[in-house]
Amino acid sequence: MAGPGGGGCPAGGHDLQWCFSQVKGAVDEDVAEADIISTVEFSYSGDLLATGDKGGRVVIFQREQENKSRPHARGEYNVYSTFQSHEPEFDYLKSLEIEEKINKIRWLPQQNAAHFLLSTNDKTIKLWKISERDKRAEGYNLKDEDGRLRDPFRITALRVPILKPMDLMVEASPRRIFANAHTYHINSISVNSDHETYLSADDLRINLWHLEITDRSFNIVDIKPVNMEELTEVITAAEFHPLQCNVFVYSSSKGTIRLCDMRSSALCDRHSKFFEEPEDPSSRSFFSEIISSISDVKFSHSGRYMMTRDYLSVKVWDLNMESRPVETHQVHEYLRSKLCSLYENDCIFDKFECCWSGSDSAIMTGSYNNFFRMFDRNTRRDVTLEASRENSKPRACLKPRKVCAGGKRRKDEMSVDSLDFNKKILHTAWHPAENVIAVAATNNLYIFQDKVN
Amino acid sequence: VRGSSMSAEVPEAASAEEQKEMEDKVTSPEKAEEAKLKARYPHLGQKPGGSDFLRKRLQKGQKYFDSGDYNMAKAKMKNKQLPTAAPDKTEVTGDHIPTPQDLPQRKPSLVASKLAG
Repeated sequence: MAGPGGGGCPAGGHDLQWCFSQVKGAVDEDVAEADIISTVEFSYSGDLLATGDKGGRVVIFQREQENKSRPHARGEYNVYSTFQSHEPEFDYLKSLEIEEKINKIRWLPQQNAAHFLLSTNDKTIKLWKISERDKRAEGYNLKDEDGRLRDPFRITALRVPILKPMDLMVEASPRRIFANAHTYHINSISVNSDHETYLSADDLRINLWHLEITDRSFNIVDIKPVNMEELTEVITAAEFHPLQCNVFVYSSSKGTIRLCDMRSSALCDRHSKFFEEPEDPSSRSFFSEIISSISDVKFSHSGRYMMTRDYLSVKVWDLNMESRPVETHQVHEYLRSKLCSLYENDCIFDKFECCWSGSDSAIMTGSYNNFFRMFDRNTRRDVTLEASRENSKPRACLKPRKVCAGGKRRKDEMSVDSLDFNKKILHTAWHPAENVIAVAATNNLYIFQDKVN
Repeated sequence: VRGSSMSAEVPEAASAEEQKEMEDKVTSPEKAEEAKLKARYPHLGQKPGGSDFLRKRLQKGQKYFDSGDYNMAKAKMKNKQLPTAAPDKTEVTGDHIPTPQDLPQRKPSLVASKLAG
């Protein structure tokens, strides 16, 4: 599937070989709750990589310029800026504790020297401007070099201030704080292709905002029933189409996706398309609905397809076909015989994300035991890799991992029972143009890239 | 509308239907897991994805402080002091009416992220 940008399958159809590049974060065994990474996102160019954590902090990494002496080695990502995006709050009126955890970060396309991103917690969305300052003015007339005001009567001559270079300073400032327009918890934000508006979705409603206007938003989807006793499904994710500014999709806890067209009506409660895979009623169990709940939905870069992640699989849908997905990839089918324990320890409610490669030829999603899975849509091959400090020698190739579902376990296979369910990879990101991926493993951020010849 | 197809079963002479269900439990790992869960929690609701579960999800973050209770208690007491919690108590229970001051303070993160080196 050819799309904008490079990346994806190299010529000859050889499988990609992934190598360790960098790992960020502390090595301590004791992970502080605040350090758990809750979102990872590359900017449009891929030069910046942002992470948000449970403590409400954002860390942005920037890719180094490529080293001229090693033209084929890709630049490393180093810290560019870090700031406290959200603080914990308590809503006394509603008796609600509002976590500072950053649920999502979405970059805006770059329009000038500064970079802009949206970050959100459960209730409040903020637009942050990240700008560089590498010059400062000297020789003011009305104040001296220390900044103290000079007595205007003592000034006998005028001078023109000059700009002098200074050490690079990267500043982050909140340019917009969007008023609280969500009764429930925000799970998604998505910037429109018009670069002027964006949507935010909570469990029951989706709102449309203009980036310049903080005190008003339009409600475009409302699935709240009149009687809450009749509640049967919630919104789990939403995203704008990458090319058509009037189209967006939202997924539900019942495993369905609705595509809406904002031209058809102001309130998009009636969908334009409804995507649902038919289910065999005889195979239904207590767990069926829970594991069908979609935790993430992402359009392909081409805008022709979308991908959904439910508990055990990733599905690719053709927007032209509502009746069933065109591809289904099993992430960790061996967990189907562990659903009882996974329900008891709440793991069955874990929300995994998924992402496309730049050319849409491959997709990636996380699993347990710090494993993550990649599916090549062209060769139909898949691989399981692990984010671990044991494989963290520079440019060390990652060895494929295998989990044995049952029966005879081979030497280098892991048994399902020895998987660590506390090591979850929920958030991953793929560089928009190259084969560079960022994988969040609890409090550590791993960066891998494909083998450079 | 997807409904649940489970029903309470009474072990009796196995009819063809019951036999199929028992077979399903053997062949389908998911149904086997379901049987395990129901054995451990016999009172588990019949509507697994339904309103109880979803409503709990929507109530995440709810605390016990009730401004209505608090103001009514204040009005009743008039000039008297409200019973306050013992200083070492982390949980507020009983006659004590929680006040905003009693709620465990969420300290904002003063420490920089460890990802930033």
